[in-house]
Amino acid sequence: MKTAVIVFPGSNCDRDLAVALEQVTGRKPAMVWHQESELPDGTEFVGIPGGFSYGDYLRSGAMAARSPVMRAVKDAAGRGVPVIGICNGFQVLTEAGMLPGALMRNAGLSFICRPVPLRVENSQSLFTAQYDSGETIMLPVAHHDGNFQADEATLDRLEGEGRVAFRYLDACNGSARNIAGILNTAGNVLGLMPHPERVIEPAHGGMDGRRLFEGLLETVNA
Amino acid sequence: MKARVFITLKNGVLDPQGKAIHHALEGLGFAGVNDVRAGKLIELDLADGISDADIEDMCRKLLANTVIENFRIERLEPAA
Repeated sequence: MKTAVIVFPGSNCDRDLAVALEQVTGRKPAMVWHQESELPDGTEFVGIPGGFSYGDYLRSGAMAARSPVMRAVKDAAGRGVPVIGICNGFQVLTEAGMLPGALMRNAGLSFICRPVPLRVENSQSLFTAQYDSGETIMLPVAHHDGNFQADEATLDRLEGEGRVAFRYLDACNGSARNIAGILNTAGNVLGLMPHPERVIEPAHGGMDGRRLFEGLLETVNA
Repeated sequence: MKARVFITLKNGVLDPQGKAIHHALEGLGFAGVNDVRAGKLIELDLADGISDADIEDMCRKLLANTVIENFRIERLEPAA
């Protein structure tokens, strides 16, 4: 699988994501700078990493969402290429209008950085094929603006269409209905606040994130 | 020509920063504050001929996130 990781000024999980993708796919991802207007030919998966793109100026993810490379990412997603936005990447995807809702300041106002239990709500997606529905997994969160909010109609639609992929077991940041990760209508774009790329080998204290990338690889190669 | 854009959270959107400011005011002994909502003020220095519709377009495309925020545009008299 040919993968690409988008790099903005202020991204800081780009390397972790690149390591995870290389370990799982066996080939290094292309690191694509935010000013590029195209993705490498034949890109089969795009990762938008965590961090503080553009210093979180204006709103988290707001400036990155309007950068040249995001037009290419939007086009790729429109063609069905799987796209994952992790943490700041999730914020970028909502700001870009590729996912509904918004990620606001944590309800408790504090930056939270710890492993949290999540429930896999939908194991049928491109990204969750290796998980069981209802399974509990542990992924670390590290964010200040992870409080997912959308109007009730949007939340109902997300639930009804099986687009809530992951949910926090315990309220950790004030997110509406404890939503941790959501899919777009077509199911090929996932936004996720916790960091799967940080738990891919035993030394990380867990491997629950690895299965996300392995499942994706299997689906893309199938 | 200058314009100001006021960006505020929509009614009903939880404002943790406003809440924290409220608590801090109470902690300082300021009684009688019923609620606090925090927002942003953006000042634009504009060339002649920029219309209200142009500014509104800027707000919708970047300055405000209309999922959670409202905006209000205020034009200022040009400096003498």
